Amino acid sequence: MPKILLINYGVGNLRSGKKGLEKAGADVEIVNGKIPLTEGDAIVLPGVGAFAEAIRNISSQAQNIKDIVNSGSPILGICLGLQLLFDKSYEGGITNGLGIMPGDVVKINAKVKLPHIGWNTIRILRTNSLLENVKDNSYMYFVHSYFAKPTTSEFIISSTEYGEDFPSVIAHKNIFATQFHPEKSGKIGLKILKNFVNIVKR
Amino acid sequence: MLSKRIIPCLDIKDGRVVKGIRFKNLMEEGDPRELASIYDEQGADEVVFLDITASFEKRKILLEVVKRTADSLFIPFTVGGGFINLDGIREVLASGADKISINTGAVRTPSLVKESSDIFGRQCIVVAIDTKRVYFSDKPSKDKRELTTDQGKCWWEVYVEGGRVPTGMDAISWAIEVEKLGAGEILLTSMDFDGTQNGYDIPLTKAISESTNIPIIASGGAGNPEHIFQVFDEGNADAALAASIFHRSIYDVSEVKKYLKKKGLSIRL
Repeated sequence: MPKILLINYGVGNLRSGKKGLEKAGADVEIVNGKIPLTEGDAIVLPGVGAFAEAIRNISSQAQNIKDIVNSGSPILGICLGLQLLFDKSYEGGITNGLGIMPGDVVKINAKVKLPHIGWNTIRILRTNSLLENVKDNSYMYFVHSYFAKPTTSEFIISSTEYGEDFPSVIAHKNIFATQFHPEKSGKIGLKILKNFVNIVKR
Repeated sequence: MLSKRIIPCLDIKDGRVVKGIRFKNLMEEGDPRELASIYDEQGADEVVFLDITASFEKRKILLEVVKRTADSLFIPFTVGGGFINLDGIREVLASGADKISINTGAVRTPSLVKESSDIFGRQCIVVAIDTKRVYFSDKPSKDKRELTTDQGKCWWEVYVEGGRVPTGMDAISWAIEVEKLGAGEILLTSMDFDGTQNGYDIPLTKAISESTNIPIIASGGAGNPEHIFQVFDEGNADAALAASIFHRSIYDVSEVKKYLKKKGLSIRL
């Protein structure tokens, strides 16, 4: 059974992420402090909470996470976890992120109610193993006011419209990320977690 | 496109569901986790647990229920009832709730809304507002936002303690205030319409939806799918909460959603 390290940065609910990944066939370990470099087959950065607070809590592990990603282990960022992968965020001032993906995290600019809360559809732009057997226009559960803008559009696997288009699934090599919460998106969300576990198995 | 949400609500006392539930083979008093799973199967977009446990000691039972539910439910769920401080909120979130709903605690201690949203993010803080109409026959009110409804001119007063205690506060002004304090959503209940199954309070929902810039969950009065359509179409609600029509199996969630989709709303089926 592939082992997944679920990184706890103290601001979110890890329970559903853990259960979702377990249901998808993974052995999940919640990591509170130092991330063991060799043990895990993959890392998941879960996500609710504020960007600055989360980055502060994992700053001591930033190099560790980068080393793991550079070694080729799969990483999945969920919601805030997706945003943390990027260079910097404009949420409540400017805060540097992990810098694993090139680009910035910006606020939804359209005249819409924020946070963007609820079920919205994804438009699949590129095939990616994370979205295997996931139909175009599937509904996913979103809760956020900010989104990540990669410098290269090639990294955008799906987009979602809420007043404006924003990337909802981002991937590059062994790096995968969703702006929505697959662990809260019912059966189709669990399918995505299962796809990630399958990627880890390969 | 963002879909309109349908949210069944379960009243929970000492860890059990306490409304007149009549699912085919289930007991009158149901297990919250099982019932939540049934709603999930039927296509509910979220589930709300409203804890009406009287004694504080029995609150631990709720935490167990939240844990068991979080482990088997893969759609969002909100827990409301009796939150008065950060520790209580933290416990329920740590047990697996996605959002918490604050009502009396927000009125008594507005800073609780701000502090909790600063720590946990505004997306997990729902402020519940229970309202009742105050009609004017001749006497106009100062500093109250009055509107003309089919039943006459009125303003809406905020009630706390499970609808038992009037506060004198104007609901529209309070809604604007809680958004400023950091609420991510407003769960808006009309006590006049709740349980009547005669439809939601449309003027109230519309007024609050248009006065704020956060999602509004309308509650109180759903008796049929057309009522839910009206609160979305005319009331500009973002989500509709209903209890009786689902509990009594008058309508199943998927049936309601199909109806709404047919009427042209954006609905997740």
